[in-house]
Amino acid sequence: MTEFTPFLSALGGALIGLSAVLLMAVHGRIAGVTGILGGLLPPKIADDWAWRAAFLAGMICGPLAYALITGGMPKIDVPVSVPMFLIGGFIVGIGVSYGSGCTSGHGVCGMARVSPRSIAATVTFMATTTVTVFLVRHVFGL
Amino acid sequence: MKMISAFAFGLIFGLGIAISGMIDPAKVLNFFDFAGTWDPSLAFVMGGALVVTAIGYRIVLKAPHPAFANSFSIPTRRDIDLRLVGGAATFGIGWGLSGFCPGGVVPALGIGRVEPWVFIGAVIAGMLVANYVESWRLRSAHPA
Repeated sequence: MTEFTPFLSALGGALIGLSAVLLMAVHGRIAGVTGILGGLLPPKIADDWAWRAAFLAGMICGPLAYALITGGMPKIDVPVSVPMFLIGGFIVGIGVSYGSGCTSGHGVCGMARVSPRSIAATVTFMATTTVTVFLVRHVFGL
Repeated sequence: MKMISAFAFGLIFGLGIAISGMIDPAKVLNFFDFAGTWDPSLAFVMGGALVVTAIGYRIVLKAPHPAFANSFSIPTRRDIDLRLVGGAATFGIGWGLSGFCPGGVVPALGIGRVEPWVFIGAVIAGMLVANYVESWRLRSAHPA
């Protein structure tokens, strides 16, 4: 079980939205983590790699800011086996490359623009995630 | 200045991920587990992010150009192809197996645990394989 946190979750979501709006207002860019990270990878490292690296570095410092405010690091729990975790990561990498985005780029920025591609992508990955979790937990009992 | 602003906006994003619970794979997986230990919190993350972004974009995109750039870089494609849907479907399978999405795992790197680093390594491996396969396919379809 995890605790239902509607207020903190909505507040955190609003901060994610604020970041996306500021990145658009100041840099003119979509706050999609797949796209930002993808520009740092070969074979085509983007010319504008510097802001991408700075944004990701800021993200990594997010828990530190959280700790300064609350007095402790956010707690995480990885309730899956090591092989499933590794395979999951590899599949995420393949999927977001071909799908041109993930939860942030399609699910937040694209949906906010009412982009048909992002709506299709978001509906699709929410559905396959739900089915995957159901199969893993309730059919295979892993 | 561009570097400082990008870092600051990344920090806000990462703080949002941490506060919202998106940083925790257990919480993410429970959101999708309607038949079991369902935790609806992540609907509020999505809702909060969407409301702010939808309103904010409407305001900032009225400007002639971004503060530090000549133009807004916004995707223009509207066609829904197999590559997009297949990629998104694949991403969902990986997300459902692991509980981490790219936006969730990057801030988790800063917690000081090993699992997020292992995961981002696997994600980058997957992205590199996709990138090289695609650049190889492009080259064989259009030889120089």
